[in-house]
Amino acid sequence: MTHPHHHERSVGQPVLKVSNLKKSYGAIQAVGGVSFSVMPGEIFGVIGPNGSGKTTLFNSMLGQITPDAGKIELNGEDVTHCGPLELNRRGVGRTFQTLQVFGKMTVRDNLIVAAQEHSGSMFSRMFAPTDSGLGAKADALIDQFHIRHVAHKKAGELSYGQQKLVDIAMAFMSEPDLVLLDEPCAGVNPSLVGGISTLLKQLNQNPKIGKHSSFVVIEHNMDFVMDLCHRIMVMVEGQVMAIGTPDEIRSNKQVLEAYLGS
Amino acid sequence: MKKTTLIFIAVCAVLMLAVPQFLKNYGIYLLTYWLIFIIATMGLNLTVGYAGQKSLGHAAFFGIGAYTVAILMKAGVSFWLGLPAAALICFVLGIILGFPALRVQTIYLAFATLGFNTAVWLVMRNEEWLTGGTFGINNIARPSLFGLSLDGNLAYYYFTLAVTVLMVALLWGLLRSPWGKAFTALRDNPIRAESLGVDIQRYTLLSFAIGAVYAGVAGALFASLVQFIEPAPFTVGASIMMYLMVVVGGPGYFLGPVLGAAVGVVLPEWLRFAQAWYLFVFGSAVVLLMIWLPDGLLSIPDRLKAKKQARIDSAARAASGQAAIKNGASA
Repeated sequence: MTHPHHHERSVGQPVLKVSNLKKSYGAIQAVGGVSFSVMPGEIFGVIGPNGSGKTTLFNSMLGQITPDAGKIELNGEDVTHCGPLELNRRGVGRTFQTLQVFGKMTVRDNLIVAAQEHSGSMFSRMFAPTDSGLGAKADALIDQFHIRHVAHKKAGELSYGQQKLVDIAMAFMSEPDLVLLDEPCAGVNPSLVGGISTLLKQLNQNPKIGKHSSFVVIEHNMDFVMDLCHRIMVMVEGQVMAIGTPDEIRSNKQVLEAYLGS
Repeated sequence: MKKTTLIFIAVCAVLMLAVPQFLKNYGIYLLTYWLIFIIATMGLNLTVGYAGQKSLGHAAFFGIGAYTVAILMKAGVSFWLGLPAAALICFVLGIILGFPALRVQTIYLAFATLGFNTAVWLVMRNEEWLTGGTFGINNIARPSLFGLSLDGNLAYYYFTLAVTVLMVALLWGLLRSPWGKAFTALRDNPIRAESLGVDIQRYTLLSFAIGAVYAGVAGALFASLVQFIEPAPFTVGASIMMYLMVVVGGPGYFLGPVLGAAVGVVLPEWLRFAQAWYLFVFGSAVVLLMIWLPDGLLSIPDRLKAKKQARIDSAARAASGQAAIKNGASA
């Protein structure tokens, strides 16, 4: 697989830099000194068997748990101790492993609320129009995600696959610099997996909507990860086993033995 | 705005303006009482229905509003200063009551707010020097407006109606603004909301504070309506009743409190024929309502719509199945 822009992406300051991150729960070390960087526009995959520390790493990067040691930098600024709200305001979007849409709001309103807090002050928003001036942007994402026919339905009334698309689209409404995708294919019909991959590639490359976002993706679907990601990090027992391009990971004997099992 | 909505508003306006002309004093008093509870429960609907915070302390704010106006008026301060003072005090106390909600949720929050209500009620009952204790405060005057006396029940009804319309319009505007979506996001999924930049702490505090302001204004109007206040109407039981009004009307439905307050205020009057059995009938009606309509009376149109949609979807599936069989047979 070739990624023509990969070299350009590797130039300059990383969007995300994680240095020697550690987190233990009692005697169990969930993450034991993990370091990696994600460059602008890069799609970075994190794979590993259950219990390898992926979720703890993700939760640390998202401000939901405080790491015991190490440093997390976003565009050069230390965000190790920032909470989820602060991280989002600084340009970090995310999706969750399980569906997290606002079930009683329409699909369009789900998208609008996903970005409305990023403009103006809280006071000024009290007098802002209902759609916060984000209607056109929401409509563009609705069309891109092929969910126009359900745009005015309540999100909770949609099928699982449709809700998953809404869930992913919401993460991109505020044009984040970095999006952390937690198992975007979990529970999704195999026929939709390819569609999600295509959408994520479009969002990664389309500066109008995706603003050259960088992604960090946790996913168990290997075909999806190998097809989508520019680089992949393999974690085993809280440690980094390997970081490389999909081709390098595929041919890494240690990885094959420890994780891919073939 | 849709034509049907405009017609509905016009019909309601005409009814609200005309009906009291044909009612006796008690009927007018009852309608005014209903309007006051619409204001109070609209505030609670914001806290509970839109923002999803379980509050069982709303009657405390209702009481604080009433006592603020009563105490200030007894001290010679005008009602027109007492009313905003009641709103302001309730806003500040609402923010303070909101703080437990930043740490606890659901039933635990309900108990925290219930504790607040009990504490406030005890102050009302025990601090005789300020509140008159169990003797209460009597002879609370009704205000006059631009030289027009609001002493008469009809005049006070129209004044309360004007305040109700203003408060309803303000809340409508607030909920149509991005704040409305932020409150709903906070209720439906606070973790997701925060991950999208919604400051859930501020919105939680504001949902309590704004809800409390509505209760405070309602309490101020209540003091001047009944002209005598004592701690009894502001107990935890009253808070539970207000919560019930929100739930019965439909939490998160804008007009839910209008119906809910009618059930809480007017239904007991209709059930007078049941005499000693009144509470039994009322309680049974609530039980049945909660079983069949857990989302409140205003969820009926949504339920009918969902049923209709399910019929259409099932017919469409059946038709596509038939077409597939036909195509298979002809192939």
